[in-house]
Amino acid sequence: MTPRTSQQKSAQNGQHPGGGADDRPQLVFGERWTYAPAPQSTDHVTLRERYDLFIDGAWAAPKGRRSFDTVNPATEATLARVAQGGQADVHKAVTAANRAQREVWGPMAPRDRARYLFRIARLIQERSRELACLESLDGGKPIRESRDVDVPLAAAHFFYHAGWADKLHLAFPGSKTAPVGVVGQIIPWNFPLLMAAWKIAPALACGNTVVLKPAETTPLTALHLAQIFEQAELPDGVVNIVTGDGRTGRCLVEHPDVDKVAFTGSTAVGQQIQRTLAGTGKDLTLELGGKAAHIIFDDAALDQAVEGIVKGIFFNQGHVCCAGSRLLVQESIHDELMRRLLTRIDRIRVGDPMDKNTDMGAINSGEQLQRIKTLVEAGEAEGCVLHQSSCRLPKKGFWFKPSVFTDVSLSNRIAREEIFGPVLSVMTFRTPDEAVEKANNTAYGLSAGIWTDKGARILWMAERMRAGVIWNNTFNRFDPASPFGGFKESGFGREGGRQGLQAYLRFHDDVLVQG
Amino acid sequence: MRVSVKKTYKLYIGGKFPRSESGITFEPSGAPGVNVAQASRKDLREAVVAARGALKGWSGRTGYNRGQILYRLAEIIETRANALIDEIRASSRKSQAAAEKEVEAAIDLVTWYAGLPDKLQQLLGAQNEVSGPFFNFSVVEPTGVICAVAPETSGLLGALAVSVPLIAGGNTVVLLLSEASPLVGLALGEALAVSDVPGGTLNLLAGHRVDLLPQMASHRDVDGLLLAGEPDSATGTAAADAVKRVRWAQLSERDWSRLDKLTSLHWVRPFIEVKTLWHPKAP
Repeated sequence: MTPRTSQQKSAQNGQHPGGGADDRPQLVFGERWTYAPAPQSTDHVTLRERYDLFIDGAWAAPKGRRSFDTVNPATEATLARVAQGGQADVHKAVTAANRAQREVWGPMAPRDRARYLFRIARLIQERSRELACLESLDGGKPIRESRDVDVPLAAAHFFYHAGWADKLHLAFPGSKTAPVGVVGQIIPWNFPLLMAAWKIAPALACGNTVVLKPAETTPLTALHLAQIFEQAELPDGVVNIVTGDGRTGRCLVEHPDVDKVAFTGSTAVGQQIQRTLAGTGKDLTLELGGKAAHIIFDDAALDQAVEGIVKGIFFNQGHVCCAGSRLLVQESIHDELMRRLLTRIDRIRVGDPMDKNTDMGAINSGEQLQRIKTLVEAGEAEGCVLHQSSCRLPKKGFWFKPSVFTDVSLSNRIAREEIFGPVLSVMTFRTPDEAVEKANNTAYGLSAGIWTDKGARILWMAERMRAGVIWNNTFNRFDPASPFGGFKESGFGREGGRQGLQAYLRFHDDVLVQG
Repeated sequence: MRVSVKKTYKLYIGGKFPRSESGITFEPSGAPGVNVAQASRKDLREAVVAARGALKGWSGRTGYNRGQILYRLAEIIETRANALIDEIRASSRKSQAAAEKEVEAAIDLVTWYAGLPDKLQQLLGAQNEVSGPFFNFSVVEPTGVICAVAPETSGLLGALAVSVPLIAGGNTVVLLLSEASPLVGLALGEALAVSDVPGGTLNLLAGHRVDLLPQMASHRDVDGLLLAGEPDSATGTAAADAVKRVRWAQLSERDWSRLDKLTSLHWVRPFIEVKTLWHPKAP
């Protein structure tokens, strides 16, 4: 914890601190127990100098010949040059997707679509280490996360949805379904490969074709996924990857021949897209921001709850729409919990994402770092108390220390606005009713966490929480079979599970049109 | 002319390839001149023990894991397609084209069921609205150890049709292969052995139906029967002692090669148990 007291300095020499954040005797190894470097080798990673657009089964330079660099946020070194897709490129991609849907993918036997999706799943598994390295290099997340969470889940999404391709009649018995057509998909930079899998797999399983726009700062894994599509011999035009910035996304949303838009990203951009599509009758699903309440009751298993809290806000540097960013602690255990939590955050290893011992990596971009800093400054200005890890940050790259604000009230900016960084805001409550009220006091409604030993309370709370995903005595668990999505301004539509298929199908007896 | 190495056809029990404990072999009518291990009633009992031993592990795996293993089985069948086509032709009068079609259909069937285990809870389970402050949900579990008897036709596809739906649901199986043409079914054992399907999950016997079916029906540690053929009251009566779940697969020869008849939840549902849980909701 900052500032360092003399007690803390003596603790570094192996003595027990008498006071400070935690009164209990502590094991303080200080400089005596450093981890040996454990770098993940990247020799096998086939990074190109330049990437073109992947349209209609072929790589082609953008018509406007414009491109931009993608950077490693941990070092600020350039990784590759990537194409800026313009309106003409988007048009070419949508045209290709249209033809592929009408002539090849739509008429194909569902069992054969399944076959391609199974191939893609297996290829992701085969090339998993390479994909994990690319994800960490391009986005800044620790290699342990991309290796153990992002890539396996991406493979699992393709495998799961492969199995639905020829079973849609079982998913919606009594309904005749058909594909929607061409889907335009825009994904964020926090889980680039996983978000691509969440979007592409169900779309293809339901007989649609795709034009995907990866996030500007993290295009690489989507482009390597395109190489996997080539290896799988996916027919031309079924998936098209058009890289670029927000302008490219706008072209895609506005294109008249896109039948459905799927967007994951900020609420502000989601609202813009909804406005753009208003009155067009096009299908839309949105997965937007969140400000999840993470509720800890006095009968919670405290050490496990601390791990859950840490996982909830520091996993992926807090770049998670469903991050547990508002801690609601029952008053009676607040002090004990904070003691354990603040000690714990000092143990978080922040550093080189490519080191296998790293717990928390780099902030994805300079822009995001500035946004975090602005909100943290606002928190301090509004009188909240900032506690930060005493870790040392690397000189180059974009970094932020694990941070916790106490003395937060519901009206503070850091309690209301999504920070999308490793910053936790702590508030208290007394009764379950109060916890529910505080938890629901937000325009967002994506996720929530509840820690208590009492099962009945979990179910009672869950019934009253206005959130699309509720984690009980755990946090940040994802599975292709588990529907994910938000209430209220966190968006609409679900991804994963039987429910997640709905957005990608037309039902012959559904008379309603979106708008 | 090359003098070939002739194959010894053994049973597949507990992941291993034993001969019959009886030491007896028989020449299947579809493959005269070939001595196939003739499964005895004791072999059947051993197979049931193996299946029971494998049940906890197999049913305890996630649906995703079971699905991946079944997909691996499809990969291996595809790799060994030519060998299986040869076995089909060695013990039946099928043409090359017909044998190829049967192997392709076999791969399609296994792939269909590979995509099912991680969806069974969503398809067959439910959350139930009850009148009261209770959370009520139904989960599905496998029934247990199932004995299956394959049809006489389609030695490969028929064998898979009466066994793969059961193991997709998490059951373990003792399968009696076609009496006239068991060779390709026994070759299936070779595919199972290299495809990560744990030993004992699917056990393969060759022999005489008239000997083994009564014992399957009366065996107290068998939980269900899936039998190709017409219902017979003797079997059903014996099965009633342990209240076994019994289903007869009465298909025409043509229907045994139709994937749309063989790939459906109807093959899975009878060998699934529904467990309903209640939990109060209170602050």
